[in-house]
Amino acid sequence: MIVDTSTLSCPLPIMDHDTVQLAHGSGGSLSASLIEKLFLPRFDNAMLNQLEDQAVMELPACRLAFSTDSFVVDPIFFPGGDIGDLAINGTANDVCMSGAVPLYVSAAFIIEEGFAMESLHRILLSMEQAGKQAGVTVVTGDTKVVNKGSCDKIFITTTGLGSVPDGVMISAGGIQPGDKIILSGTIADHGMAVMTSRENLSFQTRIQSDTAALNGLVEKMIKTTTEIHAMRDPTRGGLATTLNEFASTSNVGIKLIEGNIPISPDVKGACEILGIDPLNVANEGKLVAAVPPDKVDAVLDAMRKHPLGRQAAIIGEAVTDHKGMVAGETLLGVSRIVDMPVGEQLPRIC
Amino acid sequence: MCLAVPGKVIEIFEEAGLKMGRIDYAGTVNNACLEYVPEIQVGQYTVVHAGFALSVINEEEAVKSYEAWEELIETASQSGDGRYDDQLQTIRDLKENVEDDD
Amino acid sequence: MKYLDEYRDPTLAVKILEEIKNHVTQPWVIMEICGGQTHAIVRNGIDQVLQGKIELVHGPGCPVCVTPLETIDRAIDIAGRPEVIFCSFGDMLRVPGSAKDLFMVKSEGGDVRIVYSPLEAVRLARENPDREVVFFAVGFETTAPGNAMAVMQADKEGLNNFSEIVSHVLVPPAMKALLSSPDNRVQGYLAAGHVCSIMGYKEYEPIARQYKVPIVPTGFEPVDILEGLLMVVKQLEEDRHQVENQYVRVVRREGNKAARDIIQKVFKVTDRKWRGIGLLPASGLGICETYAAFDAEKKFSVDAIHVTEPDNCISGLVLQGLKKPVDCPAFGRECKPEHPLGATMVSSEGACAAYHKYHRN
Ligand code: SF4
Repeated sequence: MIVDTSTLSCPLPIMDHDTVQLAHGSGGSLSASLIEKLFLPRFDNAMLNQLEDQAVMELPACRLAFSTDSFVVDPIFFPGGDIGDLAINGTANDVCMSGAVPLYVSAAFIIEEGFAMESLHRILLSMEQAGKQAGVTVVTGDTKVVNKGSCDKIFITTTGLGSVPDGVMISAGGIQPGDKIILSGTIADHGMAVMTSRENLSFQTRIQSDTAALNGLVEKMIKTTTEIHAMRDPTRGGLATTLNEFASTSNVGIKLIEGNIPISPDVKGACEILGIDPLNVANEGKLVAAVPPDKVDAVLDAMRKHPLGRQAAIIGEAVTDHKGMVAGETLLGVSRIVDMPVGEQLPRIC
Repeated sequence: MCLAVPGKVIEIFEEAGLKMGRIDYAGTVNNACLEYVPEIQVGQYTVVHAGFALSVINEEEAVKSYEAWEELIETASQSGDGRYDDQLQTIRDLKENVEDDD
Repeated sequence: MKYLDEYRDPTLAVKILEEIKNHVTQPWVIMEICGGQTHAIVRNGIDQVLQGKIELVHGPGCPVCVTPLETIDRAIDIAGRPEVIFCSFGDMLRVPGSAKDLFMVKSEGGDVRIVYSPLEAVRLARENPDREVVFFAVGFETTAPGNAMAVMQADKEGLNNFSEIVSHVLVPPAMKALLSSPDNRVQGYLAAGHVCSIMGYKEYEPIARQYKVPIVPTGFEPVDILEGLLMVVKQLEEDRHQVENQYVRVVRREGNKAARDIIQKVFKVTDRKWRGIGLLPASGLGICETYAAFDAEKKFSVDAIHVTEPDNCISGLVLQGLKKPVDCPAFGRECKPEHPLGATMVSSEGACAAYHKYHRN
């Protein structure tokens, strides 16, 4: 999802301070005014507006999916998104990878003293937008302000709650040999958008983060079949990590067809320059699923009708060979291991 | 050693007294120092390593390589089953592409 | 991408492979000097498809792997000082020193930054006049002109808060050392294309003559490497030993004069210790007297360093092409990318890392 928040016609409310002060997190009157002026208008809903210490809600009688994640991305604003929509989408995605419909989100903010009110407002606006897109409601939250240097600008933790439809059982461990592996679109957009926007690399690119909530797409897939054997969003560690997790959790081998993996030319170029393998780079709006062969066409079809699945492709197959490992095929027809990355991806010269 | 990537020079400028260029790698653009390739022109390709252009890509030589490939594949395709037709077309396109670019 | 994708074309690669197989009448031993080529060979399985025809042995061409432990320890010492902004290419951060790596220095509060170009380190010196900016200048002949330019530029701008730890190495002396070793089995060489883009290949001509080995400056994509191998094989089969250029789109016989001139201005040839190989005379570059003020090792006195290499690591033999990573008893057991014993397991170009990534089991 790309929300250019700078064009939204919602100016920063008049605040007493241009920057966030320690007192804004102290629980006193400054805290109250920050919540009232900046936070409530964005996440306007009955549960939050009561400003209780907790949200009390009715839930349908069903199994629940529950997930939490912290967001510390640097830079906080990057092409295609910011830490705000990332926090909403990331948690919505973690919840919906079980097949669940994400419903409620909590959000906790740790803000560094001196952080620009304007930036906070921008982040909240994009959270509001992302929440609407994903159909989730922020029902409870918390704000703390820490001393300068105790955190880097702003950290956000979101927790999400969703309901799992009857008959849906998706985990990373359910893959059967013969299952096809489907990827919903291009890889490495988010990681390369963030990396190339770091100032010391002086890049000019059109690469945009792919941050998006995938629950709409998941819903379409589940409507086609509940027989999805595994599903995950390949975030940190990239596609290679997720496929390796699939292989080891399900104790199958995965045969990867690298040529089928969609990647945009810009991203490919940036990866070449920096010597980075796109298979190891983070995505924030993509999913990988294992689907039995007789369902694969229908699922692909459904995915391709959704804006976030237009480039969906079969990128591999679960096999009985090389259990626990992912193998690709080289251009000479030799099989090669596709490993997980060891640590953070670093630009290299050799 | 020495990862170096081919890209096209789309602009030449000066920064802190050094000859610099904007290099386009299939859409992603980054700056590189052109001090060691003083003869380079906008539109030419270069290989860049650690922010420095190493040499200007020799298009004539590149075309010669394509021609050698063409020959290699032509001899292979004389079996006449058309297996390599696409391949030949790709190489011919590459050749023309280089020639057009000037 | 132009000049890249076509050199990864599967049909073409297979055709050239067939040509190689058609020409080989006896098993040849060929060394690729450069770690980048090692990586491409192992990644694409070129060594596997040529089994029984050509044995590929992997050379010492990974600057990260051959940077001596004492230099890394010295860098780690300097990087930890409060006044220092330490700049390095990403490659060096995970290389283990005796006690820690640069990542650990960073986690302890050191200001360690990854740069893509040495000129970015100069910019940092310009923007932070109250800090000492130290750049870790490693690499082969390819990287040397850029690192030399950074010194020149700092000098021109009067940035006396900029300095470099220079640990540059040169390819031909290492090649000669390997060739004159009594254990040598290598019959032909792929020379490193990007090094030759700067240095040209004139200096390889006497080596080819003296040691009777074909030498072919070669590019880095699979089609390049296969073409390079084909050229070496043809020479071997015809009993020729010349320097022939595969990487014609980039490499010229005389190399890049402008780049070589600046290397000569800023650096001087010195003896250099190669990690795992030992001291090789006239095999490295250091900062010359004129620019001594920019030599970080002179600027920052570092106490005597006692290095300890893990004794079960055979990376020295791996770097000399005498052993394969899989011959090492620690490979994949005590030594893995997440806890490497030798630099050849850390660097993305190291032979041990390449084997671990693509050829385990
Ligand atoms: S596998 Fe590890 S211990 Fe063995 S030679 Fe390689 S780096 Fe050294």
